[in-house]
Amino acid sequence: MPARIGVVLFPGSNCEHDAVEAVRTLGGDAEVLWHGDDSLKGVDGVIVPGGFAHGDYLRPGAIARFSPVMQAVQAFAADGGPVVGICNGFQVLTEAGMLPGALQKNAGLKFLCRMATLRVETTDSVLTSATDEGAELRVPVNHFEGNYTCDDETLAMLRAEDRVVVRYVENVNGSIDDIAGVCNEGRNVVGLMPHPERACDELLGSSDGAPLLRSLLESASRASV
Amino acid sequence: MAERTDRDPVEQDPSVHRALGLTDDEADEIARILGRPANHLELAMYSVMWSEHCSYKSSRVHLRRLPSEAPHVLVGPGEGAGVVDVGDGIAAAFRIESHNHPSAIEPYQGAATGVGGILRDVFSMGARPIALMDPLRFGPLDDPRSRWIAEGVVSGVSGYGNSVGVPTVGGETIFDATYQGNPLVNVFCLGVLPQDRLALARASGPGNLTVLFGSATGRDGIGGASVLASASFTEGDDEKRPSVQVGDPFEEKRLIEACLEILEAGLVVGIQDLGAAGITGAASETASKGGVGMDLYLDQVHVREEGMDPFEIMISESQERMLAIVEPAKLDELLAICAKWEIAASVIGTVTGTGRFRVLDRLDGELLADIPASSLDDDAPLYERPLAEPADRAERAADTAESLPAPADAGADLLALLADTSWVWSQYDHQLFLNTVVGPGDDATVLRLKDPRTGEPTGRGLGLTTDGNHRWCRLDPRTGMAAVVAESVMNLACVGAEPLALVNCLNFGNPEHPEVMWQLSEAIDGMAEACRALSVPVIGGNVSLYNESNGVNIDPSPVIGTVGLIASLERRPPGMGLVEGTTLVVLGAPATTLSGSAWAWSQGHREGMPPQVDLDGVRATAAFVRDAVAGDRLRSVHDLAGGLGPAVAEMTVATQVGARVELPAPGGHVALFAETPAAVLAAVDPGSLDALLADAASAGVAAQVVGEAGGDRLVIGDLVDVSVAEAHGAWRDRLPTALGAGTTQG
Repeated sequence: MPARIGVVLFPGSNCEHDAVEAVRTLGGDAEVLWHGDDSLKGVDGVIVPGGFAHGDYLRPGAIARFSPVMQAVQAFAADGGPVVGICNGFQVLTEAGMLPGALQKNAGLKFLCRMATLRVETTDSVLTSATDEGAELRVPVNHFEGNYTCDDETLAMLRAEDRVVVRYVENVNGSIDDIAGVCNEGRNVVGLMPHPERACDELLGSSDGAPLLRSLLESASRASV
Repeated sequence: MAERTDRDPVEQDPSVHRALGLTDDEADEIARILGRPANHLELAMYSVMWSEHCSYKSSRVHLRRLPSEAPHVLVGPGEGAGVVDVGDGIAAAFRIESHNHPSAIEPYQGAATGVGGILRDVFSMGARPIALMDPLRFGPLDDPRSRWIAEGVVSGVSGYGNSVGVPTVGGETIFDATYQGNPLVNVFCLGVLPQDRLALARASGPGNLTVLFGSATGRDGIGGASVLASASFTEGDDEKRPSVQVGDPFEEKRLIEACLEILEAGLVVGIQDLGAAGITGAASETASKGGVGMDLYLDQVHVREEGMDPFEIMISESQERMLAIVEPAKLDELLAICAKWEIAASVIGTVTGTGRFRVLDRLDGELLADIPASSLDDDAPLYERPLAEPADRAERAADTAESLPAPADAGADLLALLADTSWVWSQYDHQLFLNTVVGPGDDATVLRLKDPRTGEPTGRGLGLTTDGNHRWCRLDPRTGMAAVVAESVMNLACVGAEPLALVNCLNFGNPEHPEVMWQLSEAIDGMAEACRALSVPVIGGNVSLYNESNGVNIDPSPVIGTVGLIASLERRPPGMGLVEGTTLVVLGAPATTLSGSAWAWSQGHREGMPPQVDLDGVRATAAFVRDAVAGDRLRSVHDLAGGLGPAVAEMTVATQVGARVELPAPGGHVALFAETPAAVLAAVDPGSLDALLADAASAGVAAQVVGEAGGDRLVIGDLVDVSVAEAHGAWRDRLPTALGAGTTQG
């Protein structure tokens, strides 16, 4: 049975269709989870997609973390369920305290939509288990607040615990230590700024995002057993 | 209290209607229609609806000459957007609009609300907006205020478009002295819909309800259309800032989702967005088009603040609002969808069978305005303004750019014409919805066409391009406009797309100047002629007049957005980037006209005649190029509207592969910089060259081998010899360097 991925939809999210399409293209099953519901409807994995949840008002992710669905996502993650936050989803997960650090404005102080090259730093996460360590992947970024930051202590911890999941080969936004994505202690919650769902078809310029989402689908399948 | 003055008839005090921008003749006509003098509220309503921006009173007599019909055209001009059939029960809706004047006053909000407005035109038809494009024109890069405007406009498009969740997939960015003080901010939007979801702005069924939903109505944008878009700019424009509206992309995003859900559920009999002229425009137009009347109750309108005067409520241009006509039995379902998306909604009126458009302070309350519904729309004045061709036209046409001295350093002049526009479009999300096969920066954008109901790819694609050329149109608006249409068809051919239809945005100066009206009329004739010859119907558009600053009109700057269909989108089109070892061929009639070229302009020469276009030749060449792209016969391709030298240079910097080119007749700097919309530069594998040349000959398309791609230098005849790295650096650094030089608002 294909893994069922729930894609959370807040008012202002806009990458939910794309996440659903990419999951289905890769053989998974996907459904949209409304932010006002407090149930995940028995899905095997969760994507918190990109966009501008609640208009990014106050701060990206600052309001979304209070939505009823996030209680359910937190409980799901605490039980070891795979959760991936992409772009605005990463911002939501840091605001919700599910991932360390924060995303500040890009060093160039401009919105940036372009192709980036990522290096897989660990295969021990729900987003990279089906990839090779050191693999370079072409995946687009699309954000204004994607400049990852954290305090020295947190950075030391992330390094020591091998929790930097992907780094930029060429740092596009000023992120500390070139960090593009990190995971939690349980390695089942990953947040990253680049958009793997935008890189699942050569017709669109790259299919390098497919192994990342395939990792999530495999993790979700294992979780559902 | 203001209400008292609002409903009092205006006795013969001409200062009131003049202050509202109505002429004495127009005020007399209103009194004749009503059979009495109008009161203040009625005058305010007429003044916005009869403004140039809303009524097209100076241009309508000319616009009728454009061809608008074809079997695949489902909706032509006059609705929110034009709509074409793209197969399998799917339709594409698109439109282009200007937000020039607001952007000159407040660049960020002017551009942002321009994006918001064009989106509403498209989703009010039932289409999900999937693409925006922004043709932008700014004053010169060495002018700090022009840079301030450019930065603000780009930020505004980025800030609103990205957040509202519609990708900006293309456009143009041009800097020229003619736009100093009067930038052009045109916005194009395309949406897709199942054909059976098509919704129109029609009220019907007396007893049905008028529902206003979206943002609350406030005092922002009072008279934006009449104050800003229908008058000229002079010093002291900061006072007009309160007329510029403020956008809220989060509200618009929820409005899109709510609106599409409402239309999908079939809950409305008619729907229209609120744009210029606010409630007055949307309510009276739906009533007028449906041949019915309407009563509105102002106490039911959800407002931002207490104490708003009736005229403020009726003409406010607050953004992110929609008006729907709903059967009473379906009201609760509609209100539930609005509640889900946190959208405020109010029942503000009732459809009547009287044909009167009435405004009351409350149900069964005091009558504040009572006018024939159709008179705001149908009875708007129609002007045949005087036209005059320039007295020195023949003399100017004879002063050709061929008389200019040859460049001292053609290579340096060539590099000075290159500019990478990614500084602009890397600030736009151009990938959302997973459709973007070719994004900004190429000849045309290519999007996958997915079924809007299932999300499944259809195997087909859409080609999109926006084009305009103020240089050609200044020299001769008719010839220049025909050439712009030809260029758009050739741009689509470069990505394998066959044109379906176009929309236009006619940016001109002050229509009260006979020479400007002549430019407008001539450009429309040129567009009509080219559209007929190339089978491209014109399905909508927008006219922006009074583009002048301190008494100087802009060069005539009509812009078009053309959409084409790619029957089978199996692979990415070749793109313009050169491939090592390929042979370069000019397909189509080579360029021979130097006048009106970017190089001639750079030398300060602004006379002569633009390239004359053989439209039959363009048709044949475009078909040949399109087939060659579809058949995967070309390794790279780029149109020659920018000239052969700039085209080779752009192809070189795209992939950093050099080229060696011999200039065709007439040779020299004329062949290097002359522009034509009738030809392309293609690169083919040497092994497939002979077959391509033979097929071109049998298709009657000129084909001439001019060189080969490869190496690390760009060499053109004996005029240009530069390293690829130098060309690439010049191209890459131009905008970041210029725009990094600081700005000033003053």
